[in-house]
Amino acid sequence: MKQYWEIFLVFFKIGAFTFGGGYAMIPLIRNEVVDKKGWLEDEEFMDMLAIAQSIPGPIALNTALFVGSKRLGFKGSLFSGAGVILPSFIVILLIALVFTQFKDNPVVERIFKGIRPAVVALIVSPLFSLGKSAGVKWKNLWIPIVVALAVWQLNISPMYIVLTAIFLGITHFIYLKKRVNK
Amino acid sequence: MELLDLYLALFVSFFKIGLFGFGGGYAMLPLIQHEIVDTHQWITINEFTDIVAISQTTPGPIAFNSATYIGYSAVTEMGFTSGYGILGSAISTLAVSLPSLILMTLVTAFFFRLKNNPWIQSALSILKPAIIGLIASAALILITPYNFIDYKSWIIFGVVLIASLKKIDPILLIFLSGVIGLVLY
Repeated sequence: MKQYWEIFLVFFKIGAFTFGGGYAMIPLIRNEVVDKKGWLEDEEFMDMLAIAQSIPGPIALNTALFVGSKRLGFKGSLFSGAGVILPSFIVILLIALVFTQFKDNPVVERIFKGIRPAVVALIVSPLFSLGKSAGVKWKNLWIPIVVALAVWQLNISPMYIVLTAIFLGITHFIYLKKRVNK
Repeated sequence: MELLDLYLALFVSFFKIGLFGFGGGYAMLPLIQHEIVDTHQWITINEFTDIVAISQTTPGPIAFNSATYIGYSAVTEMGFTSGYGILGSAISTLAVSLPSLILMTLVTAFFFRLKNNPWIQSALSILKPAIIGLIASAALILITPYNFIDYKSWIIFGVVLIASLKKIDPILLIFLSGVIGLVLY
């Protein structure tokens, strides 16, 4: 039982200190899981990251589930998953309880008038570096542009975008394979 | 029964968000927006912006943060007490995590070498650039008259964008923008 609580605590800590989520927390997780605890080798960690990014869902959760499950089986993944989710759950619940009362307060409204454009800027800013690591070049720049316009202007559900992208990727692969075989 | 229907709808929506939320983080925003703002109208696009702002300053992935917040607010907005709201939060947060739990369990059980599997790689070849488009759409959707009230908003946008590209801490930037809002408006 002690091992389960240990893995719970490590991921609770990761969940509590990963502001903004996503890629910002990868060094923190690496430090805990590889350097301090030695639960994964460096190479395993890199493979795990590739997997965590290939399946849907938040990367923090996928990482927690992978480490928990690899170390202590399914039950371990329940503990690591709960650990990484709980801090944000508690914080947001408290904010929801309070913020729903204060959101029409004029001072809060003025603060948020300043914050709202900043929110959009923070979404735009990682686009360039993420685009580079996702392999976006001049040749395939049309893909993100078409997707952004389809979702923004035509209100197409991202669900269909994801399904179409997977379908096209696999179709392209089959086509290439057939051509090689001929 | 109205409450049970709402819980079920929250569960289905957030399960979908978890299942199709490739890329995590901001890439999940347009999907959350589509389900929560457009389809179910549990919150407005204005409230959605504020939730994203709160998410950027609190720990944890945005998908969890919005599930927890919306699960609570959707239930209490319908006139139910906060106890039922907390249950709504728990249901939504669980639902958004469940697809990852199922997929990760399968992945580790069979230990697919996803990294070098050509089928997975080919599926990702178009999905990866598409995810960049999804993040861009999240920003475009949030360029509304409510979020950008005047030229001062655009100045804040420009300054924060440059500062963030220079790797200045986003939490500090949000905090400073809040102070600027208080001074300017």
